[in-house]
Amino acid sequence: MLQAIADIVRLDGAEKHFGAVRALNGVDFHVGAGECVGLVGHNGAGKSTLMHMVAGTLRPDGGQIAVRGNAEVSYSVARALELGIRCVFQELSLCPNLSIAENTRINHPALKGFGWRRKAADLIRAKLDEIFPDHGISADDVAGDLSIGRRQMVEVARAFTLTSEPLHLVILDEPTSSLDAHTAGQLLSFVRRFVAAGGSCILISHVLGEVLQNADRIVVMRDGKVVAADAASAFDRDRLVAAMGGAEGHHKAAAEARKIEPGALKVRARPARQQDGTELVARAGEIIGLAGLAGHGQTDLLLAIFSAAARAKAGIEVTAPVALVAGDRQSDGIFAQWSIAQNIGIRSLARLRNGLLISPQREAELAELWKQKIGIRTPDMNNNIFSLSGGNQQKALFARALGSDAGIVLMDDPMRGVDIGTKLEVYDLVREEAAKGRTFLWYTTETEELDNCDHVYVFKNGRIVANLKRDELTEEKIIQSSFGDAA
Amino acid sequence: MLRGLLPALSLALVLIAIAWLNPRAISYFGFNLMLNLAIPIALATIAQMFVIAGNELDLSIGTFVGFVGCVTATWLRDAPLIGVLVLLGSIGVYALLGALIHLRNLPSIVVTLGMSFVWQGLAILVLPKPGGKAPDWLLSIMSFKPPYIPFPILAALIIAAIVHFGLMRTSYGVILRGSGGNAAALRRAGWSLLRTKIVLFALTGLFGVLSGMALIGITTSADANIGNGYTLLSIAGVILGGGEFVGGRVSPIGAVLGALTLALAASPLLTFMHIPPDWQVAANGAILIIVLAARVLISRRER
Repeated sequence: MLQAIADIVRLDGAEKHFGAVRALNGVDFHVGAGECVGLVGHNGAGKSTLMHMVAGTLRPDGGQIAVRGNAEVSYSVARALELGIRCVFQELSLCPNLSIAENTRINHPALKGFGWRRKAADLIRAKLDEIFPDHGISADDVAGDLSIGRRQMVEVARAFTLTSEPLHLVILDEPTSSLDAHTAGQLLSFVRRFVAAGGSCILISHVLGEVLQNADRIVVMRDGKVVAADAASAFDRDRLVAAMGGAEGHHKAAAEARKIEPGALKVRARPARQQDGTELVARAGEIIGLAGLAGHGQTDLLLAIFSAAARAKAGIEVTAPVALVAGDRQSDGIFAQWSIAQNIGIRSLARLRNGLLISPQREAELAELWKQKIGIRTPDMNNNIFSLSGGNQQKALFARALGSDAGIVLMDDPMRGVDIGTKLEVYDLVREEAAKGRTFLWYTTETEELDNCDHVYVFKNGRIVANLKRDELTEEKIIQSSFGDAA
Repeated sequence: MLRGLLPALSLALVLIAIAWLNPRAISYFGFNLMLNLAIPIALATIAQMFVIAGNELDLSIGTFVGFVGCVTATWLRDAPLIGVLVLLGSIGVYALLGALIHLRNLPSIVVTLGMSFVWQGLAILVLPKPGGKAPDWLLSIMSFKPPYIPFPILAALIIAAIVHFGLMRTSYGVILRGSGGNAAALRRAGWSLLRTKIVLFALTGLFGVLSGMALIGITTSADANIGNGYTLLSIAGVILGGGEFVGGRVSPIGAVLGALTLALAASPLLTFMHIPPDWQVAANGAILIIVLAARVLISRRER
């Protein structure tokens, strides 16, 4: 069969169970040579499981996998690499204790012997230069010292480096989740060049625009099955959302203007590097957006406000308890050994106390309340937090903040790698809570999310360079201020 | 930056204190005397560093050093072939422990705590009461007097250089450290974590054997309890040298410096300070706490 040979990889009837959960339920999936396949679906739809199979990190419980028309009986990571199939996983998979060059070496058994260190450094530097021309990363930098965005850049670049093994197919699982619009654009245009040169790519993204613009063909998954597969030109945003299910027509609501009366002052803060008198001001019931390129001082200001709530700090005034929803949930958000209920309760220990001890009953009540309210999908809130998919873990972190007594909620780009259904649910919740008088400070790298805000401050080089009201807010204005000269 | 220099700084501080208290100690003869036991401590610290690089801990290294010492003072002298086989076999046991810990996903603390009693028992079986004698070739190696540089310092330099090259510069050293940094990433890149764990534990066994032999070369005779203090000393040496318990962050040069610092702070410094022997252990602990606290403060400031 000619068609089968043109396929880089083909799965027929792939199945996978985790205990009672059916993660994949008979999936047929293939990628052709020189093709970019977009893969979309809610968190928990089975995308990651399917990709783990293609990459060889998970064995299917049923079904077959064939590479270039040959059935693979004992498929493994090593075999996948040998056949030129690589994967950039959603959870960052660099070794934080190693330098960038050393991390490159890990993916290339051929980098050894005399001078391997220099070869590895040259290899990754050249690839970073090619994909992200102004990356500012040195091959000697230790991975753990880099920002999450730069770690992601390294990881993507590493997947495209070439030594002795061939490179035919790269799986990109949420490759832009921690990148700002500028670097994300650089990456996607590189992907298009790679595909045009005959390479193949699987692009998984929750940013539907990215998939629509860059994929040749789009596969939609839901509940462990492929529910739609067609040329990208046959899809538009609405059809994609409809195929993913559950969220139709929802996102328009976000754009509706909200009437708010300015309430009492909640936060007044001046970034440490601000030279003029510009301040961030947030009042009760407001949703304030922090925009600009990633890593330009938004997170720093949020953290400064967070610590000012506990201990007075010059230039920052905070008048209510504060809760933070972390963006890098694996390292800053989640207590990995704890149950979902414990992870939610930790911000509210004072209220959960019974004498000197934590009352398990009150903890369970709080968890159950938020399970209903925010829709955490789990049979039991006493399960370990890692039993949840990424989006549901993030929901638990929202529940932790919203279930607390905090009048001010700081959000540090919390929607990274979260599916659109979850996002829309959380947006609704945020607006609902704001209407009740809570204040939200929301840093986001996704311009669409700013539509939910009443007021947007644009950051550049640690300073506020623009202060946009809701009705003045356009993507051009934000981009203009983020790239323009900070006078 | 300051953080990387901290092991060297703490060693310099201890040396300055000694020089101030007793200037005559800073001499060829003085260093030979003060650093008498530094070589076995440095080797044991390096041994411990290998398991720590893979996020494990070896609580049996002290009694293992004692066991090796007993074998060295008896069989290695009387029946060299059996002695060599027993020592190689004990390295093999370490490799098997690594495999067991990986395959059964056991906590290394529990396994090695159990093994510490096994080694202790074996040591007593080999040498029921203190005695034995080191092989002559070992005695002559350990009493080597090179010109200008005291032997313990020369040995420390060589140990640090070899291990630094092997673990920090070679391409497989990267894989060994990576297994402590992010094991999942390594597995996805197609490396065998079983193999890294076996190699790390075997290296621990190898350096434990070297430490035990060096110790007997200095003390000339053995005792089943001779190495018992080495477990905690070696852990403290690794941490003092800039290593961390998890995350694959270790430094061979730092570990050797840490071992030297401990060896100097252990008794010469305290003796010069006229601290009575009854209080020396406590004073030693206090020094350790001060240095480690300084390290935490400095790294927090740099973050």
